Amino acid sequence: MADFGFSISKPQSIDTNDMDVGRLQALEAKVPSFKRCINCGACTATCSAGQFGGFNIRRIHNLYRWDQRKGLEKELQQCMLCGKCTLVCPRGVNLRYLIIRLRKALADNK
Amino acid sequence: MSSNFHPFVLPFTIGTLALFSVLILKYNKWISKFDRQQKKLIRRNLFTGKLIPAVWEMINEGLFHKKVSRYNRRLGYMHRSIALGWFLLISVGFVETVFHFQGRGHAPWIGVFFRFFVRDNQTLSAWIFAQIMDLLLLYILSGVTMAVFKSIFSKTVGMRKTTRLKLFDTSLRYSLWSIFPLRLLSESATAALADNGGFLTQSLGNLMGERFAGVVELPLWTLYSIALGLFLCLLPFSRFSHIFTELMLIYFRKMGLREREKPTGFTRFELSACSRCGICIDNCPLDSELNITDIQPVYLIRDIRNRMPHRNATENCLMCNRCESDCPVGIQISEIRRQERDKKKLDTHDNYGYIEDVQSFNAIGRVIYFGGCMSHLTPGITESMKKIFDTVGQKYWMMDEERTICCGRPLLQQGFFNQAAELRRKNTQLIMESRSKTLVTSCPICYQSFRKEYNLPIKVVHHTEYIVTMLRLGKLRLNRSELRLAYHDPCELGRGCGIYDEPREVLSALGQLLKLEQEYKNSLCCGYNLGNTVLELDQQLKVRDASLRNLTDSHPDVIATACPLCKKAFQHSTTQPIKDVAELVVENLR
Amino acid sequence: MKEREKPVHGDDNPKPREVKRRLKSTKRISRRKRLEFEEVELPLQVAIIGGGVAGMEAASVLTEHRCPVILFEARPELGVNVKNKYKIFPDFSDAGRLVETMTKAMDHPLITVNKDTEIVEIIREPDAYTLLDNKGVPHTVPAVLLASGYEPFDAKRKEELGFGIYEGVINSLQLEDMLREHKVLNSLGEDPRRIVFLQCVGSRDEKVGNHYCSKICCITAVKQAIEVKRQLPDTEVYVFYMDLRLWGQGYEELYREAQEQYSVRFVRGRISEAASTFDGRVQIKSEDTLLGQPLKMVTDLLVLMIGMEASPGTQKLGKTCGLEGPYGFVRSKSPHLEDNLSDKPGFFLAGTCKRPMHIAEAVNDGRAAALEIIKYLRK
Repeated sequence: MADFGFSISKPQSIDTNDMDVGRLQALEAKVPSFKRCINCGACTATCSAGQFGGFNIRRIHNLYRWDQRKGLEKELQQCMLCGKCTLVCPRGVNLRYLIIRLRKALADNK
Repeated sequence: MSSNFHPFVLPFTIGTLALFSVLILKYNKWISKFDRQQKKLIRRNLFTGKLIPAVWEMINEGLFHKKVSRYNRRLGYMHRSIALGWFLLISVGFVETVFHFQGRGHAPWIGVFFRFFVRDNQTLSAWIFAQIMDLLLLYILSGVTMAVFKSIFSKTVGMRKTTRLKLFDTSLRYSLWSIFPLRLLSESATAALADNGGFLTQSLGNLMGERFAGVVELPLWTLYSIALGLFLCLLPFSRFSHIFTELMLIYFRKMGLREREKPTGFTRFELSACSRCGICIDNCPLDSELNITDIQPVYLIRDIRNRMPHRNATENCLMCNRCESDCPVGIQISEIRRQERDKKKLDTHDNYGYIEDVQSFNAIGRVIYFGGCMSHLTPGITESMKKIFDTVGQKYWMMDEERTICCGRPLLQQGFFNQAAELRRKNTQLIMESRSKTLVTSCPICYQSFRKEYNLPIKVVHHTEYIVTMLRLGKLRLNRSELRLAYHDPCELGRGCGIYDEPREVLSALGQLLKLEQEYKNSLCCGYNLGNTVLELDQQLKVRDASLRNLTDSHPDVIATACPLCKKAFQHSTTQPIKDVAELVVENLR
Repeated sequence: MKEREKPVHGDDNPKPREVKRRLKSTKRISRRKRLEFEEVELPLQVAIIGGGVAGMEAASVLTEHRCPVILFEARPELGVNVKNKYKIFPDFSDAGRLVETMTKAMDHPLITVNKDTEIVEIIREPDAYTLLDNKGVPHTVPAVLLASGYEPFDAKRKEELGFGIYEGVINSLQLEDMLREHKVLNSLGEDPRRIVFLQCVGSRDEKVGNHYCSKICCITAVKQAIEVKRQLPDTEVYVFYMDLRLWGQGYEELYREAQEQYSVRFVRGRISEAASTFDGRVQIKSEDTLLGQPLKMVTDLLVLMIGMEASPGTQKLGKTCGLEGPYGFVRSKSPHLEDNLSDKPGFFLAGTCKRPMHIAEAVNDGRAAALEIIKYLRK
């Protein structure tokens, strides 16, 4: 499992200055509802894959927001696409499509 | 004119030769692309009794168009008059020719241009043939007239919409339409000169007058031959190839061939068998509720066939299968769509290492209860099932009480074949290790997956089937009341697995089941079907609202369903009670 | 709303004065009451639909200006939505007493209260409205105030939270009852070791079609958390939220007090599902979003902070009057200076039939509407 460095001992600061906003915008264009996320965490809480380990879909797309793509591709492969996240999302974010598009975007420009 | 040849027969003759050579080449190529299992089926079944029912179905579907007629009588008439009429025209023409030449040799095209070549025939039998041929021509012309009307006003044949065609298809259609009026005119012209027509052609010929007929006769026959030749030449490259391919497909299907996970030669046959009748457009909720008009099976099949880009058409579909249930050719469109969704390099291996350490449970003598991912969000269903197991005294192991390993179908539907297989392997291992004999599931998606994709050697039942069995055995007894119930058929359970009657039997045992406008195989998708990832929430809700209207029109006390997703979809929109069959059973236990 | 082209009683084109004269003669106050108030300046009757706090306050103000009022309440009692609460924020005053005070004021000679009476149809006359009640009686009045209020969200629509399925899952109104009785108990009848509050149930949720914030739940949870801790100091209290919106005067202070004095723990994360444990408690799944880690928690009680939805009466009348706004609430003429007005002259709006409001807001809105009505009648 990828290490996001969220353990206390390894703080990781994000340098937003060399961030490529285009990648995020491209994803948002494909999945417009993605912009509506308010980070309530319902998706992660209900996630079927998350019950087994540390899979955290909300964290993954937040990292992508900041163009922090390292390890995300491998991490996203754990998703079973069961759709519970999409079903509980109070903001109607189309998470299943987001995951597929995110995987595609990550695979296309490594 | 006693000669057996005139240059104008050339276009027709060349067209016919081209048609059959291309068809033979194409079919040969496709058959060579069948996969091992499909070839084995063909070898085993080629010369068995399967041929007889296949021929029977070919006659029914290829000529009489029974399924189309069942869906829509006028549309059925249109197809039947052209197909059956033309077939009879050719057959009777052949008989007429053979009868006339009495075994003397004749050129093969004579039958098609009989009136032109056989002019001095005033016998009674010739007169009778002429009448029959005119009658058949009239029959075909009535169908062609309807087709012309349909292209202008689709409602004349009772369809909401008609297929939008591209230039190539349009021109081909015009050549098909022109064949029969041209035949009528050519034969009439000849009748004016040779007096050999039937009630239709002779009267029209007499109207033309001899002088005019003398001028137009040859040009008309030439045009007729060109129209025929052009149509036959282009037929194998167009949608009209369905005329022949459908017959092949019926035979293959009778031999047990079905779509596979990846496209095969069989897929080519299926694609080529689509006549673009447009019934799937009328049945599509994305068309009727969201006005999305370019993703329906006709268009997807057309684009795959023409190797045009079709990403959007592939992805944007609920996979509710309402189109497939009425397809007169029975094309497995959802399977084809799924093949096209193949995610290729995204479909990775070894993704789910984290579930490897999940342990099975010794469940000898117990049933396995698999709620499914979604039923974790509808505890009303799982709690009711637990109560039902307790009531009938059945011990159970709820396989996914704490956490669920998804059945894999949602991944499969999106074209992640390897990933889905990995989940199936893990679940199969857990199920086999438990040594239970029966698996009960509450989610129709899981049910379809376990039944069709898993090859489990144990019994797999949906909870409605389980409840019916318990009712019949007398282990569950219900109080019947005047409760008015509207039952919603979930796509995956009804059209997917053919479970229509079991839930209805349960509901009829506890209340009054209402008749709905759209039900059984016509049931409308709730909009939450996992087959679609592209639709945004507001679009899903529009599809749901249409489905809900159908249910509330009869003013039920309770809306019943048998799928956690459908239940959630409706629950989100209304305060009206939405209950699963299992919940209603628990509430009405005696 | 039906527009009646011809007036009720014959005459094709009645002058407004004529209508007023007729209205005066049909008004439903007793002869005795009329004798007592000979000096009535505004003898026209105003119909108020809805006997909640907004409707009652409007009635009081109208009678202060000697305007007779006929009040319709669909339920058998007045002020039920407020009365269902025990103590109200931010000062923990008694909701019952507040309603009692307001109800007492309804015992006024100029006020006719019709309980158990639902208005089923509203017909627009020239310069007047005729209301038809469920008993088939017509009431013709020159002005109508719609104060048909809200209804608490039915948490059964969020089945994943287990309301109506697990005994340990209750809504915020049921907790008010428990607090009133001083019997905050788990499903086994014991003192709860832990109570979890969940915010935004039925509010800010596109899945149930309610995009809006109900705005009272945040502070209500803080208030209830404090009340729980006052009654049961040993109980752990958690509040799961998406955003805490403590916007009113004294609210933020109450939040601070809950944290500091009562050790209420606030967790930023939505609860996505609940299940029962073998010992009849409730297990919830959420995420501590600030940490980025999913969490499970077993609790004795899960309290769902249910939001406000337009009441069935509001939805129905809004639709029949053509005043249907978003989410089934009714739409006022403009949100600033004409918030008590509708786009129909003589038809006024007050309270939570327009949008979620807290008690004081609804009361003020009723008062404001009354003044608008007086202004209209004096014209």
